[in-house]
Amino acid sequence: MDLAVKRTLLDASHMQRVMRRMAGEIVERNRGVEGLLLIGIRTRGVPLAEFLVREIERMEGKKPAYGILDITLYRDDLSTIAPQPVVKESRLPDGLEGRRVVLCDDVLFTGRTIRAALDALMDYGRPKAVQLAVLIDRGHRELPIHADYVGETVRTTTSEVIKVRYAATDDGEEDVLLLDRE
Amino acid sequence: MAKSGWQRKDLLGIAELERTEIEAVLATAASFHEVATRPIKKVPTLRGKTVLNLFFEPSTRTRSSFEIAEKRMSADAINFSTAGSSLSKGESLLDTTRNLQAMSPDVLVIRHAHPRVPHQLAARLDTSVVNAGDGAHEHPTQALLDAFTILQHREQLDGLRVAILGDIEHSRVVRSNVLLLRKMGASVVIGGPYTMMPRSAEALGVDVAYSIDEALEGADVVMMLRVQTERQSRMSIPSADEYFALFGLDRARLRRANEGALVLHPGPINRGVEIASDVADGRASLILEQVSSGVAVRMAVLYLLAGGAS
Repeated sequence: MDLAVKRTLLDASHMQRVMRRMAGEIVERNRGVEGLLLIGIRTRGVPLAEFLVREIERMEGKKPAYGILDITLYRDDLSTIAPQPVVKESRLPDGLEGRRVVLCDDVLFTGRTIRAALDALMDYGRPKAVQLAVLIDRGHRELPIHADYVGETVRTTTSEVIKVRYAATDDGEEDVLLLDRE
Repeated sequence: MAKSGWQRKDLLGIAELERTEIEAVLATAASFHEVATRPIKKVPTLRGKTVLNLFFEPSTRTRSSFEIAEKRMSADAINFSTAGSSLSKGESLLDTTRNLQAMSPDVLVIRHAHPRVPHQLAARLDTSVVNAGDGAHEHPTQALLDAFTILQHREQLDGLRVAILGDIEHSRVVRSNVLLLRKMGASVVIGGPYTMMPRSAEALGVDVAYSIDEALEGADVVMMLRVQTERQSRMSIPSADEYFALFGLDRARLRRANEGALVLHPGPINRGVEIASDVADGRASLILEQVSSGVAVRMAVLYLLAGGAS
C-alpha cells in the first residue's frame, strides 16, 4: 500500500499544546489525580498516555496511575486477518475497582478498537468510570462510541489514513500527518 | 499491526519448525501467561470455535492442560476418549476422524500411541491438528513449555548446557526437547541407564553420558524424566531403590551442576525414584511452573492455529 502525504494536520509544537490542553481537561474533570488511571491502548495509544501522565504529574505534583492494554484477543475482526497479529502483554495495576479510567488512543475512527478495549478492561475488574481520550477524532464511527477528550477533530474520507508520530517513539519526529492511499 | 508470521495449519512436531516459528510461539505464550493472573481468566478470542481433544492414550495432565487453555480462550472443548468409543467397535482411525471432521471442529488435539498418526490425519483433514504426543516420536507442546519455563529464568537458550536424564529411549519428551534446544542454540547431554539409552544417540546430535554425575557436570538446566514404574515388568532395571541410588537426582548430585542450575520434570514425579523430595520441592525446581507454562503455551498454539483467518 503506497501512501502519499497530503498535508500536516498538527506540527510538533501544535501537537504538544493540544496534548497539554487534554491533560488539563482530564485533571479538571476528575478533580485531580486521586483514583485516576490512564491506560494506553497498544500500540499507538501508549505514547499519548505516557505524555499525559508526565504532563499531569507536572501540573499536579503527583503522578497518576498508568497502564497498558493490549486488545488483540478482543478484536472482532480476528477471523478475517491472516496471519494472526502479534499478541502483547497488558500491564495494568492491581484492582480497577473504584478507579476512574481514561483510555488513551491516537486516532478514533470506527470505534471498534474502543469496543474491544472496554471488553478487555471489564475482565480486569469494575472501574468506577471509563472515559476516552483521543488525539484525533476522524469520524466514520461504526459503533455508538464518543470521546470525552479530543485533541482535534478532522474531516476525512475513508481512503485517507492518519499517522501520528511521537517524539518518544519515532526518532524525535512529532506530528500528525494526513495520508492518502491513492 | 505487526503480524505473528505463523503460517502453518498444524503443529505436528518440533522437527518441522524454524527457529523463528519457535520464537513466535514463545513470544505469544508470554502474553497469554498474563491472562492467568487476571480476576477473569478468560479471553473471547476463540469464541464460537470448537476444539476436539482426541486422546487415544490415557492422559490426565496434558489433556487437562489443553482443556484449560481451550476454555480460557473461550473455545468449545469436546473430549473424546477411546474407552467406550466406536474405535472399540472396529471403526478405523481415519473413519472415526472423518466423522469427527463432519462435526466441523476448528482444531483437533491428538494423542496416539503410534508415531506420526497426527501427521497422517493432518495430511487428510482440513482441520488444524495439534500433536499432543505420538508414541515415542514427538510431544511438541511439552518441549515448547519447557523452553518457555527456562526462559522465565534465563535470558536465552543460546549457549545453555542442558542435561536430560532418565529413560531416554522411550521418551517423546526427549526427542522434541533435543530438537528444540539445538535449534535454539543450546547444547544437550543425555544420560541414563545403559538399557534406557537409544541405540543411535549420536544421531540426535547430543552428547552421551552413562553416569548421571558425568552428565550433570557443567549443566545449567537439568531435565529429569519419569521412570515408568507402571511398566516395571518390561523395564530393564532391578528396582526403584537401585534406580534412585544410581540415577536419582538428589541434592548432593545436583551440586555437580552449575551454580543456580534449574530442575525440570514433565511430571508426574516419582519421589525417591528419579528425584529426591528435597530437590523436587527445592528452590531449583520449576516443576510447578512448568504446569502453568503449559497452559500459556497451549493457549498460544491455539491462537496461532485458530485465531486468525484460515
